[in-house]
Formats: sequence, structure tokens, C-alpha cells
Amino acid sequence: MDEQYISDADGQRTYIFTPEQLSEIEAVLAEDLLDVGVHSVTLIDMAGNIISTMDNGDNKHDLYSLAALAAGNFGAVSTMASLIGEEEFSLLFHKGNKENIHFSKVTDEFLLITIFGREVSLGFLRLKVAEATEKLVIILKPGS
Amino acid sequence: MAIINLKKKEVQSKIVYYGPGRGGKTTNLEYVYKKFRSRIQTEMVTIKTHGDRTLFFDFLPIQIGRIRGYDIRIQLYTVPGQVKYESTRRLVLRGVDGIVFVADSLAVRRKENVLSLKSLADNLASYKKSILEIPLVFQYNKRDLTDDGIPLLPVEWLEQDLNSELKAPYFEASALKGPNVAQTMKKIILMTIDSLRKDLT
Repeated sequence: MDEQYISDADGQRTYIFTPEQLSEIEAVLAEDLLDVGVHSVTLIDMAGNIISTMDNGDNKHDLYSLAALAAGNFGAVSTMASLIGEEEFSLLFHKGNKENIHFSKVTDEFLLITIFGREVSLGFLRLKVAEATEKLVIILKPGS
Repeated sequence: MAIINLKKKEVQSKIVYYGPGRGGKTTNLEYVYKKFRSRIQTEMVTIKTHGDRTLFFDFLPIQIGRIRGYDIRIQLYTVPGQVKYESTRRLVLRGVDGIVFVADSLAVRRKENVLSLKSLADNLASYKKSILEIPLVFQYNKRDLTDDGIPLLPVEWLEQDLNSELKAPYFEASALKGPNVAQTMKKIILMTIDSLRKDLT
């Protein structure tokens, strides 16, 4: 297996994640987010594919559908932002009765979806997501 | 943008059904959902208008087994066909790995097919992808309607209008009744996975 990270096949971009990269991503998701009490966290690409997902064992969400909808939602919101002259909206968050969902752009190609309950405040979550994002950017960097 | 996970030995790939409004894109996915229920672990996701037209997209993840030791997971999407949803179609195409162009065989829809194919080429170009290079299969849908005496475009005309330059594989199909729906899907999956072959060796 070619260990390259990104390849161009007939003009297509393919992302290849090595076991080491995925282990590093899982460690960040677990230590920075699951350990502070979020229910589940999923790293996806903007096409709606799942790169990595971690949860606290209590979640039975349909993550593939969630990823597809999150990518579509993020794309739609980004387009809305540009229509009103904003580069992007800094906070993408939906509040529910028991579960909340937070979206955060990691790079232009990747998005972090975090599902959390009342026990974690939005401010604290944003702080932890920002910390995790910094680490993920390094791991996801081509050639890392 | 396909994802290859070397840890789980899994490939995820995105295939989009594109074409003019009311051409049968959603009906294709509905047929696949019914026919391959055992390979689909979730409900089909649809975002529709009150008038039952696709508003954003339909989504259906399907597992097709192993190729070269990798579990292959295909994400099937449709775009909304109505002309006014151009920006939405562009969003759904993000990261696409393979396309099924569902052309409407009705004689009165000839122009709409051509315009939709042009929009596909333009939208792919916005992601720096070429319609000449991406895996592509044509499906000439609604062929069953000829039995009802409804005027249809001859396949030769459809080929001339849409596929004379691209020379992609095509199927005459009926998304409603099923003929060649699975074959269309199998062909685009094979072509898409084949385009990744150098990454799976």
C-alpha cells in the first residue's frame, strides 16, 4: 500500500488515512472532548464521509446520515454567509431539550460534529473544540 | 473525495444521481432501498418540499461487500432537479466520486436533459473536476412508457444529444419498475472503485 496521504487519480482527490493518523485523531477526540463529558464526536469531510467517530457508549445515532446532513447543512450555511457578505458564521450550534449539536470547521475540507448534553456548557465546549481543532489541523496536514 | 481508512480497511465513496427535475433520480434510490434492504442499515434520508419534490438531497448509504480486502461503503445521493436549485446541486456535488446522469426519455424533455448536463459540467468545473474524467454512467429512464404510447426520445437521439463526446456507458431503464436500475448502480460503483484502484493495491 502506498503510504501517501493524498493522491490524484484521474483528477480525483482521495484521502488516505494511515492507522497511525487515525489513532492520533481518536486520541484527540477522546482526551479533549469525550473526557470532558460530550456524548459523541465525529470528524467528517465536507463531502459527508466519516473519518473518525468516538462516543461514550450510550449513543445509537445514525452517524452516516448525520454526517451527510451535517456536511449539507454546513455547506448551506456557508453559502448563506457569503450571500450576506460574511466570510463564515463563527458559531454553528443547535440546541435541543436533551442533546445539543455543535459544528466546527477544522480545515476547508474537514468538519467536527460534537453532540453534548446539559452537563457541558457551550462556552466550555467551544474552548475544548478549539483546542482539539488545533491538534487535528496538525494531524490532518498533508504529509504529516 | 473518497476516504480510505487503512485502520478499518474501509473505503467510503460518494456517488451522485444528477439530472433534470422529475426525471426519476429519487425513484432510483427508492428502488435501490427496497431491493437491497439487507445491505442498508439505516433509513433513507430525504429532504423534500411539501409538494414531494426533492428540496436538498436524498441520501442512502449502502455496503457492497469487500473489494481487494476493503469494506466498500457507498454513499448514494440525489440532487434536486428543479432549475431554481442550482446552488443546492452544487453543494451536493462537493467531494463526488462518481455520477449517474438520469436522463428523462420523454420527448418533451429533450431540452431539459441537455441543459441539466451542461449544469453538471459547470458545477463539476467549480470543484476543478472535469465531466470528461469523472466516472459517469447515463441512465435513459422511463423507457417503459413506450408501452403506454407516450412519445419517447429514441435512444440514438439521447446518445447524440448527451453522450456523443463523453462516450460513457448507458442503460435504458425504468426506475419505477426496476429494469436496469441495479445494473446502473453496479456499473457506476465498479467504475468509481476502479478509479481508486491504484490506492487499493
